[in-house]
Amino acid sequence: MQIETKSLAEVPSPPPGGDRGKPMSQRTGDMRSQPLTIKNVAKAYGQLKVLDDVNLDVGSGEFLTLLGASGSGKTTLLMVIAGFARPDSGAVMVGGTDIVRTPAHKRNMGMVFQSYALFPHMNVAANVGYPLRLRGAGRVEIADRVARALDLVQLGHLGERRIDQLSGGQRQRIALARAIVFEPRILLMDEPLSALDKKLREHMQIEIRRLHEKLGMTTIYVTHDQREALTMSDRIAIMDRGRIVQIDEPRRLYERPASRFVADFIGESSFLPIIVEAGIARFGDLVLKTGGRLDTAPRQLLVLRPEKLEILGSEQAPGLNVLSGILTELIYQGESFLCQIALGEGHTVVVRGPTRRDTLAGLPELGGSMRLGLHPEDTVLVPDA
Amino acid sequence: MELRCDRLWLYLLGGAILVFLAAPSVVVAVTSFSDSQFLTFPPETWSLRWYHAYADSIEWRAATFTSLKVAFLTTLIATPAGTAAAYSLRMLGTRFSGAVQAIYTMPMVVPVILIGISLFFMFARIGLNTTVTGVVLAHSMLAVPFVVITVGSGLANYDFAQETAARSLGAYRLKAFLTITLPQIRVPVITGALFAFLTSFDEVIVAIFISGGDSETLPRRMFTALREQIDPTIAAISTCLIIITGGILLAVQAFGFSGKRSRS
Repeated sequence: MQIETKSLAEVPSPPPGGDRGKPMSQRTGDMRSQPLTIKNVAKAYGQLKVLDDVNLDVGSGEFLTLLGASGSGKTTLLMVIAGFARPDSGAVMVGGTDIVRTPAHKRNMGMVFQSYALFPHMNVAANVGYPLRLRGAGRVEIADRVARALDLVQLGHLGERRIDQLSGGQRQRIALARAIVFEPRILLMDEPLSALDKKLREHMQIEIRRLHEKLGMTTIYVTHDQREALTMSDRIAIMDRGRIVQIDEPRRLYERPASRFVADFIGESSFLPIIVEAGIARFGDLVLKTGGRLDTAPRQLLVLRPEKLEILGSEQAPGLNVLSGILTELIYQGESFLCQIALGEGHTVVVRGPTRRDTLAGLPELGGSMRLGLHPEDTVLVPDA
Repeated sequence: MELRCDRLWLYLLGGAILVFLAAPSVVVAVTSFSDSQFLTFPPETWSLRWYHAYADSIEWRAATFTSLKVAFLTTLIATPAGTAAAYSLRMLGTRFSGAVQAIYTMPMVVPVILIGISLFFMFARIGLNTTVTGVVLAHSMLAVPFVVITVGSGLANYDFAQETAARSLGAYRLKAFLTITLPQIRVPVITGALFAFLTSFDEVIVAIFISGGDSETLPRRMFTALREQIDPTIAAISTCLIIITGGILLAVQAFGFSGKRSRS
């Protein structure tokens, strides 16, 4: 692979955490980038509603990911934004104007495709210069801006190469350079990393994120890879059957899922049935201490993330919710292990722990009993739907 | 060596078929160099007099010019029309493309004599019989399927995301097609154009029905001439046609080959 680790050092590194978390207005970067608003967008193919009343606000310079399984409508929504699909109803506003009727080529949005869609009959520089030639830029300006765009993706030396002489990772970068060279209002990316192998993909995630921080371009990113979404995004919109079911910052989305679907889709979860009566949540006889306020719905589900459970010894654990059960399965996975624990009445939970000597030594034999602690802040309830 | 012997009968059979296919053309070509008044094979004396007869005849020259003009105009119409048709098949998706392709290629399937008869009656109503326009339209119809098939095979493996990408980068649709798609399918398009030219240049049946007078094509004139007077001029013209047709087919082969090589 052509992507060396040395190239990482050549990018001026942003402060730890970058601009993430800062209000959009305080971001550095290009202020020409514009906010995007999707209002009541719907689209159906026959009986099938691919987009069902979608509403979405993307701030200027924000990196928003549309995450969902295939068929959830995420790609259709991207195509509606790009102008390659016409919604049956609703509006797509960029900087305050509805662009639903604007043809794709006048929308000034950069797009990176899953297949990269580079033009094999042109060399790298001609590919990147194509949008500039369409805009009637002069030869000198084109050469200058192409060189700058190629430098941004660290492929400044490859301008004369033919497309079929490039590796997958290089093609991906060229596609990116071509999509940003004309300084589009919004950058759209449709699963751009899915054709790369795992290592390269993880490397590119960080690199695209850095490029975004540098340019501050409003970015809409489509993926079905939850880790990719968590790594790269300011906010993630989870889509299911044509709807946005939850939209939030990665950490809040993971730690405070709003529904069983989201808890199941992002990360691994076990679910336990909870009865809520008079402001008290119980699992069987156990009264749960909960961090936030408690919803009043009588039947709810406790979301248990495998890594949020603490394996307790015989010591007291005041302040924690304590579950006990029988160890039924132990799976070693290298950096961590998974335990399956039967709580009785057919309920099981899965616990993940680090493979440190002391943790492993503390585990009982198969069939032995175990106690698990769950912090009230990590005690997340979702409606039992 | 063992393999060679096993395959000997294949070589023999292949050779026999080649002789069978080429023999008529060879006989015509040889006859055309005869010095005799009649079609004789093999000729007793040799000369180029029938080539001179062809070149000196105003009627034959006019028919040749008409044929070249008709074939050229047919190519100009059938190539863009067939390319657009092949493109539309890819845009339609699998559900309808089969049925629509059947319609596009119907002129290849329907007996040409039926096409000739129906065109004759239709053109009679709108006054297109014996006009160059009429012959060009009829030949374009016959030629479109060849373009649809060659261009269609060129588009079969084409990644249309490229065109979508071009549009997202600021190209209107036709511009995206002309700057991105067309350069990549130019070999099948040119091949289709050469086939369209040949389809028209060789065509006789429809021409018998609808061409005549100023619009009389060379094959049609040869056909009538054969009924009236048989002399080796026909053989000389045929030899010229064989050379032109063969040349175009060789060009198609050479073009397709270089196209494949540059792509790999």
